[in-house]
Amino acid sequence: MKKKEVLVLEDLLGSNKKIAAEIRAKLTGKGILTINLMSSPGAGKTTLLESIAERLSPEYKMAVIEGDIETERDTERIRAKGIQAWQIITGGACHLEAKMIGKLFSEIPPDLDFLFIENVGNLVCPAGYDLGENIRCVLLSTPEGDDKPKKYPKAFTTSDCLLITKTDLLPIIPFDIEQAKKEALEINPHLEVFILSALKGQGVDAFVDYLIQSLHKQRQNHA
Amino acid sequence: MHELSVVANLFEILEDKLEAQNGKRVCYVKLQVGLLSGVVPELLKTAFDIYKKDTFAEEAELDIIEVPCKVQCQKCGTVAIKEDYIFICDKCGSTTVTTLEGTDMILETMEIEI
Repeated sequence: MKKKEVLVLEDLLGSNKKIAAEIRAKLTGKGILTINLMSSPGAGKTTLLESIAERLSPEYKMAVIEGDIETERDTERIRAKGIQAWQIITGGACHLEAKMIGKLFSEIPPDLDFLFIENVGNLVCPAGYDLGENIRCVLLSTPEGDDKPKKYPKAFTTSDCLLITKTDLLPIIPFDIEQAKKEALEINPHLEVFILSALKGQGVDAFVDYLIQSLHKQRQNHA
Repeated sequence: MHELSVVANLFEILEDKLEAQNGKRVCYVKLQVGLLSGVVPELLKTAFDIYKKDTFAEEAELDIIEVPCKVQCQKCGTVAIKEDYIFICDKCGSTTVTTLEGTDMILETMEIEI
């Protein structure tokens, strides 16, 4: 039996990156801004989306892709706001991959302004997978603690925005916003930071304004 | 904990290359795994050993080379290894630092039986 060494030098996530780049090109071409929301379970991604939906409607049209290990609960919550939503049930997988988004592609209406992808609640694995988004956001809720950015660096180093959520709990929770911001900006100086309570509606307007500005900027660049 | 799905991607590439070379079996695999790639090398090894059973790589050994996070300052050009993940240039303090290595997982070489 003869043995042979083969030099490969291929990226193990190369196929995901390729599919993601195709998705990004197509959605951007249609004038859609795609946002990937990542966080631990229970950091407030769905509540934030409900709050955003109230602010974007009726001027802007949004849709949501929900990723969960089980149940359609989040999709039902979004649909209750009159928003088109699709559920991806990963059946155990801890993250979404670009090919899962690709399968839904034909159903995405071309007149959309914003496509939100709510990733599976997990601060580790989703960070490794580009889904074809234009903006990646990581949510950090106050009960999780202000020391998380350096404990889970990849979620923060690969994101464009940091959303510190559940600030309505600050009076009863030891969370130092300045410390969390400092940690996050040290590992990623380019993060846009937003501080908000989706439940109380505080700080959500600033994030929505940022999204609208980003949409117009992207459309100008691709006009 | 997505090591198993990374290994599934690895096996897709291994199978492609094995077919292209008209090989019979894979007997050795060498990976470069960045410390900021999001996977744990030890768990990747466990996942590999589970996945390889009853496949063309059943007897294959896996070596993982850990790649530290290497960055370059876009202002002064300084190249540095970052263990603290603080992406600020040590020399000039600039925040325009780009990552050169340490974020990817690369299949470097494989040894096959032909």
